[in-house]
Amino acid sequence: MDATMTQPTSVAGFGRALKTEEMVISMGPQHPSTHGVLRLELVVDGEVVVDVIPHLGYLHRCFEKHCEHMTNYQQVIPYADRLDYVAAMSSELGYVIAIEKMLKIKVPERVEYIRVIMAEFSRIVSHLIAIGTYGMDIGAFTPFLYCMRDRERVLDIFEQTCGARLLYNYMWVGGLSHDVQPNFVGKVKDFCSYFRPTIKELNDLLSYNKIFVRRTANVGVLPAEVALNYAVSGPVLRGSGVKWDLRKNDPYSVYDRFDFEIPVGEGKMGTVGDCWDRYMVRIHEMEQSVKIIEQAVEKLPAGDVQSAVPKRIRPDAGDVYVRTETPKGELGYYVIADGSASPFRVKVKSPCFVNLSALPAMTRGAMVADVVAILGSIDIVLGEVDR
Amino acid sequence: MIPQEISDVLKATFGDAVLESRIDGVLDPFVKVAPGPVKDVALFLRDNEQMLFDVLMCLSGVDYTGGRLGVVYHLHSMKRNHKLVVKTEVTVDDPHVASVESVWKTANWHEREAFDLYGIVFDGHPDLRRILMPYDWQGHPLRKDYKVPEFYNGMKVPY
Repeated sequence: MDATMTQPTSVAGFGRALKTEEMVISMGPQHPSTHGVLRLELVVDGEVVVDVIPHLGYLHRCFEKHCEHMTNYQQVIPYADRLDYVAAMSSELGYVIAIEKMLKIKVPERVEYIRVIMAEFSRIVSHLIAIGTYGMDIGAFTPFLYCMRDRERVLDIFEQTCGARLLYNYMWVGGLSHDVQPNFVGKVKDFCSYFRPTIKELNDLLSYNKIFVRRTANVGVLPAEVALNYAVSGPVLRGSGVKWDLRKNDPYSVYDRFDFEIPVGEGKMGTVGDCWDRYMVRIHEMEQSVKIIEQAVEKLPAGDVQSAVPKRIRPDAGDVYVRTETPKGELGYYVIADGSASPFRVKVKSPCFVNLSALPAMTRGAMVADVVAILGSIDIVLGEVDR
Repeated sequence: MIPQEISDVLKATFGDAVLESRIDGVLDPFVKVAPGPVKDVALFLRDNEQMLFDVLMCLSGVDYTGGRLGVVYHLHSMKRNHKLVVKTEVTVDDPHVASVESVWKTANWHEREAFDLYGIVFDGHPDLRRILMPYDWQGHPLRKDYKVPEFYNGMKVPY
């Protein structure tokens, strides 16, 4: 018998009994759990993940180059839709706020309120998709159908308002493309009273499901200081227990007028900052979004939604950085104007891009099967990662 | 701290490394720093008790045309709740900037992106590869004078 066989060298997870070699596995770019096209290069030692190297760019559509070649600022908005295509309203909002800040436009109250309602609806839609597909990644198919059913109701409201279900081009610089329909307030109230109990239903179905908790609690823990150093944002940051939400801490639009809470991860099922915490923050955020929407429709002022739309958009030379809290996190637009009719430079600081960069830090030392759970808990949209 | 105080402290600490500061008349006040000492300035901004800039919100590459490239850092402090923009400028012929990856981990991918799309080289970056474009792509697409190549790996680019 070979002497080296009786003198084991190293193995993670099995004491020091076996000799193994590291193996490289390619996950994606077509793997269903990547929610798009992302390739992960997994370096594994048996079942244990030693390192993850993400390879992006499969959905790179030259957004930033396109922006520089538009004939005017307004034309960028449909492209902004296609960044985070499951929450397009939020992507538009950041861009129009940036341009309005450069032009020093004061937007009518009605516009601000409708924007808040739409942005919160898009948060609900985005979180429903995140939760539904997360369940599906882990092996629970039914919650996905429930989520899609509720999502349809919101999309109906969007469709009735601006004619589009996914990519809206709804928010304009200084206003909105359409005013809401006369029955809008009633429809929104109907939705809110319908949606509250379904969140509870979702909790019974998925959140406290034993199998689901076992798959997500204590998995992919991201400590708060690491999260800050990686500048992750949104539910990923709040899941780590950091109480930080731009709607409260650096308010834009009219968010300072509403009463709502910032849910954070508490480590109820395991450690603070694990996958379950990140998941649960999304559930609680949907409740808070409903709360904001209810307050906003109650106070919805009358007025014209296009009275402040400028005839021509030509900001003075200068630059501005505007960040907004989208469902995925902090979406920043860094816009440089050179005095001409089109932007000189538009840089998008995408929350998904930054959150994904923390994936290796969360995944090292986890099991191969947990990679799917961790990736799903970050909730990336590749349209925004690759731009 | 207000931007004026931050800028004064930086000027007192780093002297000539701080090239310019604009506080009034701009939407976001900024400080312009030489490309070499960027990392020292970053470390100071992160660790100094008065500054505590713990979050790098955004790092952008810019092509200012005329052979000038820039890197813009948007910083924010959660503990002190103040913001600052740091800018630096290099030339196309010598596009070297000190990497701040060791200061804020988030800079890792942002710097790779700026390298990929602008060809700015970040000295001290542990893994400076392309990130959005294919690894064997030629040229840096977001430069203003970029021309789409006719061929990619011998294949004709269709437009």
